[in-house]
Amino acid sequence: MSETTTTTPSTDGATRGQQLSALWQDYPLIRHLVTAAIGLAVVIVVLTAVDDFQATKLTEMAYIAIAAGGLTLLTGLNGQISLGHGALMAFGAYTTALLYDDREVGTPLVVVVLASVLVTVLVGILIGIAAARLHGPYLAGATLTLAIAVPEIGKYFDQLGGDQGLRLFVPEIPQWATDIAYYLTGSDPSRSKYVAFLAWVTLIVVFILLANLASSRIGRRWAAVRDDEVAAELAGIDLTRARVSAFVVSAAAAGAAGAMFALAQRTVGPLGFSLNLSLTLLAIVVLGGLGSLTGAILLSGVLVFLPQIVMDLGSGADLDATRASQMATLTFGLVMVLVILLAPRGLMGGVRALGLRLRAARAGRRTPPATGGSSSSGAAPSPTTDPASPSSTAETAEPDDGSTPITTKKGTS
Amino acid sequence: MSSIEPSSSSTTDVAEIDLRDITVRFGGLTALDSVGLRVAPRRVHGVIGPNGAGKTTLFNVACGFVQPSSGSIHLRGAARARLRPHELAGLGIARTLQGLGLFDHLTVLQNVVVGADRHARSGFLRALFGSPGSSRDERALRDRAMSTLSDLGVAEYAGRYPGSLPYPVRKRVALARALVSEPDLLLLDEPASGLSSDEIDELGQLIRSLSESMGVLLVEHHMDLVMKVCDEITVLDFGKVIAHGTPDEVRSDPAVLDAYLGESSEETS
Repeated sequence: MSETTTTTPSTDGATRGQQLSALWQDYPLIRHLVTAAIGLAVVIVVLTAVDDFQATKLTEMAYIAIAAGGLTLLTGLNGQISLGHGALMAFGAYTTALLYDDREVGTPLVVVVLASVLVTVLVGILIGIAAARLHGPYLAGATLTLAIAVPEIGKYFDQLGGDQGLRLFVPEIPQWATDIAYYLTGSDPSRSKYVAFLAWVTLIVVFILLANLASSRIGRRWAAVRDDEVAAELAGIDLTRARVSAFVVSAAAAGAAGAMFALAQRTVGPLGFSLNLSLTLLAIVVLGGLGSLTGAILLSGVLVFLPQIVMDLGSGADLDATRASQMATLTFGLVMVLVILLAPRGLMGGVRALGLRLRAARAGRRTPPATGGSSSSGAAPSPTTDPASPSSTAETAEPDDGSTPITTKKGTS
Repeated sequence: MSSIEPSSSSTTDVAEIDLRDITVRFGGLTALDSVGLRVAPRRVHGVIGPNGAGKTTLFNVACGFVQPSSGSIHLRGAARARLRPHELAGLGIARTLQGLGLFDHLTVLQNVVVGADRHARSGFLRALFGSPGSSRDERALRDRAMSTLSDLGVAEYAGRYPGSLPYPVRKRVALARALVSEPDLLLLDEPASGLSSDEIDELGQLIRSLSESMGVLLVEHHMDLVMKVCDEITVLDFGKVIAHGTPDEVRSDPAVLDAYLGESSEETS
């Protein structure tokens, strides 16, 4: 790719820009940390602005997104379908509930969350080893039994609270957190905002780690196994290890999500982890665009906030409560159908395809249209190994576009 | 490894791969019957034979997809009780597939980087935390993959996805993915299929130049190519070795002529 030197004006500014761009491309951690810092700032601003009810909704969005993020790597990158991730969340949630079963417990939150992740990881290893031998519908079936069995286990054992579930006591807001919140907002933080903040910080940490993995050698190996097992094996990839590691990573995310679920709901019972939850997570992953972490967050937001918005609209239009909630369900169904019709590769797949088409159109205005096949070819591969970097797909549409701005990827030369 | 003279080296060198008395039975069918095959370093060894002669099975034994019912496999002199396909790359053996087996949702560059995985250093934890070391490692792999793509003349497609590329380009990408691991032994499964005669000529030159740094085992139907590039040829028919020798020896072997004539008369009847 020697065009780098010829196409870009060799002024100092451009070379510095190139250096920064190369740094941005070559060090995913920098990219992900910058994104995370911006995300954190947005979270603080938003949580300051919203009321307590919306903060609760935001917490729900966060824990659903965390679990969906893990499932995104498993299903989108590694091609394994799990219908049991809601049940994996239960392991994290019950662990948190058992550790915070008393008001007097002083275990630090970080320790409790990590313990929840660890328990879920251990379960994930067991299931992952079994799952690595199964494919497609058989794996879906096996994880389906998990989704059905786990709530029943919760009901059966009194130590786990039976039908009622376990109550837990969220630890007091630490003084320093109150101080910072007061300094920033001029008022003491409410408990639901505190939990929302915890959930979103957890989301940011989990997503940095997931994005690191996805853009690394590990994520590339997962994708290779998904695309062609035989060729992956010949490239030196142990299929079982790749599959189990993908399952365990997604289980870890589900464990963290479960811990946040427990803190948010303050009751952990079998009803919270129905098959419905597992199916919802899978729907988010598919609709968000297989393999896209951004899509997983956005779709979680749609899922949590859409029903509320529709119900508000419905009651504004003088519908009674039942009708309004039916409207909410209907609308979600319609959104699903629309996404599948308009963007078969999911929300982020659709956004990427649109971006590529716009770029192709812009390139076509300057050079003769040699990109006839590239708009379809560029749109096809939605799950890149690097969901956090849209520009890595951008170069596919324009292999020889001299007018590319320096922000596109040139680091491969 | 010391001698470069082909005639003497083939017996004194430790073979890259040495298959001894390999027998493979699928149920009642004997696919391979005490077949022996050894590929010396920096030599091109061809396997030919009529359809159903057992060429592909032999190939699959060589890379661990098929466990032989009896016989032994020696890699560089060391006997391997059981070969597992994913261990091959680490042992310096690379193989291309008839169906290419490119990763459709990875770019051409990423496809080749997967092939270079053997040279990767950073493990799971470094990847998880995105350590600078793992990023440098990635960059080194990308550079390596890029230079292999340039060697094969397909660097311009690095950012494209395989599905959109013409077949000959995809073949080169698949070859690049095998070569980027810098193998000592390269197994080529019908590399000429689907190529034009010009492209086959280029392929022949490429295989000869590869044999300067690695042993090559070639299964191929295209007789001209086999006769031109191979140092040694093994001919299989009905799971048995019916001839073995230099291209000239094999060409004039009556058993070989029989096998091929026999096949063509069967096909016409």
